[in-house]
Amino acid sequence: MSLPEVRRVEHVMGMPVTLVLRGRHAGSAAGAAAWSAVMDSLREADRVFSTYRDDSEISRLRAGTLTHDLASPEVIEVLTLCEAARIVSGGAFDAWRTGADGDRVLDPSGAVKGWAVERATRLLDGLDETDSCLSAGGDMVCRTRAGGSPGWSIGIEDPREPSQVLARLQITDGAVATSGTAHRGEHLVDARTGRAPTGVASVTVATGSLTWADIDATAAYTHGPAAAEWLATRVDRTALVVWSDGTTTAVRTPQAAPAA
Amino acid sequence: MKRIVTWFLSTLTVLVLLFGYHTSTSGPVGGSSSIVGSPAPSSSSGGTGSGDTAGTGTAKGASTVTGPSVSTEWGPVQVALAVTDGTITRVTVPVYPNGNHKDQEINAYALPILIDETIQAQGASIDMVSGATVTSNGYLQSLQAALDEAHL
Repeated sequence: MSLPEVRRVEHVMGMPVTLVLRGRHAGSAAGAAAWSAVMDSLREADRVFSTYRDDSEISRLRAGTLTHDLASPEVIEVLTLCEAARIVSGGAFDAWRTGADGDRVLDPSGAVKGWAVERATRLLDGLDETDSCLSAGGDMVCRTRAGGSPGWSIGIEDPREPSQVLARLQITDGAVATSGTAHRGEHLVDARTGRAPTGVASVTVATGSLTWADIDATAAYTHGPAAAEWLATRVDRTALVVWSDGTTTAVRTPQAAPAA
Repeated sequence: MKRIVTWFLSTLTVLVLLFGYHTSTSGPVGGSSSIVGSPAPSSSSGGTGSGDTAGTGTAKGASTVTGPSVSTEWGPVQVALAVTDGTITRVTVPVYPNGNHKDQEINAYALPILIDETIQAQGASIDMVSGATVTSNGYLQSLQAALDEAHL
C-alpha cells in the first residue's frame, strides 16, 4: 500500500458517485480538475437523459415538444445502443416500456448510467501513472496505470444481506456492473412480459465496457431463471448470478474467435 | 458541443434538400415533411459514421432520422428512427452487426470470480463494492459508504 490514494464522493443523478485515484495524481491539481470534469460530464448526462426532469431531452421527446431530428447526437447514440441491446437480449431489454394507458413510453435509463460513466472516465485519460476507479451507484470502471499497482479488488454485494460481500473480483482494466433489487425494490421488469423476473436476486457482469456490462447485467437479470444461460451466449464476460435461494452461478465466456 | 449540433443541423438541411424530391413524391402532398438525418458525428465514442442514409417518408407528419454508428463488440450498429408527429413509432437497423468480434479498446482482464461467503469487506482488501444500484438515500447505509469512510 505504498501508492498514495485519494477518494471523493458526490451525489449526481440520484446516486452516489465515488472516484478513487491512486498514484501520481492522487491529490494533484490535475487529479482534482479531472474530478470536476467527471462530475460536470455526469451532470450534463442527467440534464439530457433524466426522466425525472421535465426539461430533459428524453422528457421533451416523450411530450412531443422535441422532435427526434433535433435531438442531440448523444441521445441518438444511446437510443442506438438501446436497440442493439434489445436485439441481443431477445427483447428482455427494451428502452420502450408499456405505460399504464397501454402507450409505449421511451425510457432509456437502463443504458444511460453505464454509457454516461464510461464517457466520463475518458476525462481521466490524461492522468499518467495513476490508477482510477469511478463508481456510480455500484457500477464502475477500473483502470490500472501506476507502476507496481495491485489492481482493483471489487467486492460483490450479497443481495440478501447488502452489508456483506459474497464474492470478490480482481480487475486490472475493465468494468463491473450489478443489477438487482436489493436497494430499490422491483423496478426492473422483463420487457416481454412487463413483470418482474423471478428466481434471480442479482447479476454482476465484468467486461471491457461499462456500457455493455450495465446493459448485460440488466438484460440477464430480466431473463430471470434463464439469466446464466443467456450470459453464456455473450462474448468476453465474467459474471456472477445470485439466485433467490442464495446459490450462485459463475459464468466466464471467452473472447470470440477471429472471424473466418 | 455547439459546433457539433450546428454541424448536425446543417447536415439535416442539406439532406432534406437532397431527398426532397423523393419524399415529396412518396409522401402525401401538404402537411408533411420528411427530414433525413445523416449519421451524426460521434463526438466521443469513436464510432464511425458510414455514408449511408436511409430516407423514408410515407405517413402523415412522418420522418426518419438515422443515428450515428455506435461500436459494439460485433462491430458498428446504426439505427433509423421513424418519427410520426414527433413521436418515435419505429426503430429499424439499417446497419446491422455482422457478428464479427471487434476488440474492445480495453479488455477486462478479470480473473475468475472468487466466491467466498466469509469475506469481510473491511477486513479483506476490498477497494470498491458492486451491488444493485445504490441510491443517494440509501448510500449512508451501504457497504460502499463504509469503505469510502474508511479510506477518506
